[in-house]
Amino acid sequence: MFDATKIRGDFPILSRKVNGKRLVYLDNASTTQKPIQVINAISDYYSNSNANVHRGIHALSMEASGKFEESRRKTAAFIGASGASEIVFTKNATESLNLVANSLGSALGKGGVVVLSEMEHHSNIVPWQLVCREKKAELRFIPVKRDGTLDLAELDSLLEGAKIVSFAHVSNALGTINDVKKITNSAHKAGALVCIDGAQSVPHLPVGIAQLGSPDFMAFSAHKMLGPTGVGVLYGRKELLESMPPFLGGGDMIREVKLQSSMWNEVPHKFEAGTPDIAGVIAFGAALDYLKKLGMGRIRLHEGKLLKIALQLMGEIPGVSLYGPRSLELRGGVVSFNVEGIHPHDAASVLDSQGVAVRAGHHCAMPLMRKLGLGSTVRASFYAYNAPEEVEVLANAVKKAKAIFS
Amino acid sequence: MLDIYGEQILELSRHPRHRGAIRKPSAASKDSNPLCGDEIEFQLLIGEDGKITDAKFSGQGCAISMASADLIANELIDKKLSSVKGFDKAAVFSLLGMHPGPSRVKCALLPLKVVKMAAYSKLGAQLTEKEAAME
Repeated sequence: MFDATKIRGDFPILSRKVNGKRLVYLDNASTTQKPIQVINAISDYYSNSNANVHRGIHALSMEASGKFEESRRKTAAFIGASGASEIVFTKNATESLNLVANSLGSALGKGGVVVLSEMEHHSNIVPWQLVCREKKAELRFIPVKRDGTLDLAELDSLLEGAKIVSFAHVSNALGTINDVKKITNSAHKAGALVCIDGAQSVPHLPVGIAQLGSPDFMAFSAHKMLGPTGVGVLYGRKELLESMPPFLGGGDMIREVKLQSSMWNEVPHKFEAGTPDIAGVIAFGAALDYLKKLGMGRIRLHEGKLLKIALQLMGEIPGVSLYGPRSLELRGGVVSFNVEGIHPHDAASVLDSQGVAVRAGHHCAMPLMRKLGLGSTVRASFYAYNAPEEVEVLANAVKKAKAIFS
Repeated sequence: MLDIYGEQILELSRHPRHRGAIRKPSAASKDSNPLCGDEIEFQLLIGEDGKITDAKFSGQGCAISMASADLIANELIDKKLSSVKGFDKAAVFSLLGMHPGPSRVKCALLPLKVVKMAAYSKLGAQLTEKEAAME
């Protein structure tokens, strides 16, 4: 187990004050803070190696390209991909999911079936709605139960005729950890391809493609795992990426361009049109190094410890409703809650006045909220650098909100 | 920061005076805050002399938006419908007795937008860009 208080020193922002109080940053499911190693990697790139990648033969371009591709290899190793060519860099997980929906969706015929779950983030719903509307394909949803877990009782019949199944590994709104392996195996048996939204899992749990039953695609974001904003990842099985049409057109994604037609570059470059966020990708490599040093298994254990304290402390406060599975095994470091008689925005404002940063709202998962009969919730989400004392600050801030609104 | 939760705001959010529905409203409008999904409906009863004889709101929202809606309804009753055009965000902040700060300004201004939508539908006027954006 690592000591969260020791690694906090690597995160400059964590020593600042907010509203006169020490910052307690519990909005990690939105975006995480960055260690100095990542911040320095951005600065170092622009100070010493800035050049466009995959274009020049001059020294700087070679150097930048080398570092850029090194990040790709690190990303592949981080999730156990077969090779670096299975890693496509995008601008965020949303773009990664749009890439899959559009490129894979182009082969959907009328009446084709796409299966999602009811707990998806809007980024794993809307792209599929767009493509299904255009292709006159059918959208189906794996239902969510009251306890915030997926209802897999009718899974096999839901999967009948499915071409694509896309769902979250971990729910951003509730923290529910879904049984990716089980659903992936069933989907593959039904002849469907599987896409995983890993935005909330890859940053927080040990994630290996093979261990998950080898889903065909997985999307995640650098900024939710200590890396900079502007970088997303799409893992895709190589044969599939090779057979799929490009998503965006432009430079770097082509081998040869004629006036009327073009030949595509090899994967993953076929899916990386235009100049990428080079500094961001290189700094993401530094984030992966940092996470590897901490150990994903240890991060998971640490967050589990924080979650246990949070569920206990919050559960003891009268009028606090907690949402999502109660089993720690089925849940990432997310605590979604409401306080009786206090609107989530008011609760979040009081928490903010105490230096506690949380998210309040529908968490870009309106269908899930509607299903659970909730307008919105307050969400606290943890990461490696959060200390147990910060959970106490959260609980005390909730008590303060209760006192104000009583 | 906690200054936004003054006694008046808390009291109005707990015990609003103008929450409810009008049996046969002359104008009604509904809208939601895209940030939080909160929805507010406003109903107006307009007399033959062009005066607002009753105003009621309904919906779910935070303390700021509920207090703001109640204060707006209270302020507009017995005023001329045409006066809604000149009724602006400064007037709302003045009624609230504070500026809610950048993160909550839309909570305070959603009720203003909705009441303007209802009134403008009778006046044949259009929301300005800023009114529509709750800025």
